[in-house]
Amino acid sequence: MPVLSLKGVTKVFDDNRGQRVDALGPIDLVIDNGSFVSVVGPSGCGKSTLLRLIAGLDPATSGTMLRYGTPLESPTYEVGIIFQDHVLFPWLTVLQNVLLPADILSLPKQASEKRAQYLLELTGLKDFVHHKPQMLSGGMKQRAAFCRAMLANPRFLLLDEPFGALDALTREELSLELSRLWDELGRTAFLITHDIEEAILLGDRILVMSHRPGRIVADIPIKLPRPRTMRTSQDPVFQEIKQQVRQLIFGRQDVS
Amino acid sequence: MTFPAIANRVVTPLVYIAALVGWEVLVRTLKIPLWMLPAPTTIAAAAMQWAPELLSHSIVTTRETILGFLLALALSLPLACLIAFSAWGRKLLYPAILALQSVPKVALAPLVTLWFGFTEWPKIVIVVLVCFFPVLVNVVAGFESVPKSMLDLMRSLGASQRAILWRLRVPAALPAFFTGCKVAITFAVIGAVIGEFVAAQEGLGYLILMSTSQSQTPLAFAAIIALTIISILLFYALEFLERKAVTWTP
Repeated sequence: MPVLSLKGVTKVFDDNRGQRVDALGPIDLVIDNGSFVSVVGPSGCGKSTLLRLIAGLDPATSGTMLRYGTPLESPTYEVGIIFQDHVLFPWLTVLQNVLLPADILSLPKQASEKRAQYLLELTGLKDFVHHKPQMLSGGMKQRAAFCRAMLANPRFLLLDEPFGALDALTREELSLELSRLWDELGRTAFLITHDIEEAILLGDRILVMSHRPGRIVADIPIKLPRPRTMRTSQDPVFQEIKQQVRQLIFGRQDVS
Repeated sequence: MTFPAIANRVVTPLVYIAALVGWEVLVRTLKIPLWMLPAPTTIAAAAMQWAPELLSHSIVTTRETILGFLLALALSLPLACLIAFSAWGRKLLYPAILALQSVPKVALAPLVTLWFGFTEWPKIVIVVLVCFFPVLVNVVAGFESVPKSMLDLMRSLGASQRAILWRLRVPAALPAFFTGCKVAITFAVIGAVIGEFVAAQEGLGYLILMSTSQSQTPLAFAAIIALTIISILLFYALEFLERKAVTWTP
């Protein structure tokens, strides 16, 4: 059974002058278990809107959405989200932040704490568990946010431009790290990004979206070997996909 | 310690001591009458002489201030929740509260005294009136300052409204709550004194009124200094609590 299947999904907003804005769709999409799906598109194309619908944070205007075969109506702990902004609570320590899902979901305390320690060690944060988030660098904060998203062992991970607020060097380092964690933890993921290289580096599949209202204009499989490394970006296949995606995003703009 | 470091520490106290000495010298050389402006030493002597009275009146005023302040918290916190979390609460309550805030509370003091009689209650009620609004407005602003992304995170975990309130909104509003409290506590002392000015047999406001009417200016000054000390102590007590409660920079 697919993790997610969308059929004819659209989203219409009312802007502040009461005008209808077609933000999204219609979108048809099936995501299979264990695959990493990257989504790229021009800014304002509705990528984040799509993610919010999939997360169950906003309702779709029309169409059907199924999550593990049941209608998707509200958020669930089985889907973890990593936001662009780390969204760590400044009044909690790193460990308490990572344990927040356990707290909200009333998960067994000891097991959760063990898992939190494991995740923090995996992401190189074990020396900072009792620090407040304000003491951490941007990259470390985003790693802590990753640990928090993984704590409840979600089957499906949504990433909303998770490295968007970071500098280029940290971004590259973290994407490779995420790729490594990916190979290790193996899960279904849905990544929204405006960085084409990042999308290819991480994904099994790359979806290219059009200008508003956002539609999926291409669905390209990425047949690059894993684990992916710094060198992956020099692979001719990588460069070929990159050119293809650039063409799809910028090609039409050049004409007009 | 280097010279600049020492200078850094002693300059401020030295300037204040010099100002006090200047005051003393001016009063003595210009022979300013006692009823107009007493010298610092005269005030100190009056404070020593009247120490038991000053203390008992201080306790009365402090009690009124603290009781009124706590009562204002008890009233404004639930109302702030209503305004922040319910569209109807906001539509119905906010205009009335804003209108009430525009009334100069000092002008209400004689009325409040008329209603509550010659007890400590009119003073407490005036303190409540002056404290209420700064706390309310700041707490509402604090609740509303919660970033949408944090609310999304809580929702994505399927958190209940109750969990969102206690785990997210309350801690997020804590810095604003303390800002409101610190504004309110300064107003509270003023409110208590105004209540005592209108009608009272005790409290520092009463003491100031009595001593000035009998031209006992040194005692009036001593009472004003006692009021100032109470104000500062209450403010720093709140700041201490804030530092214990808010250990992060928002």
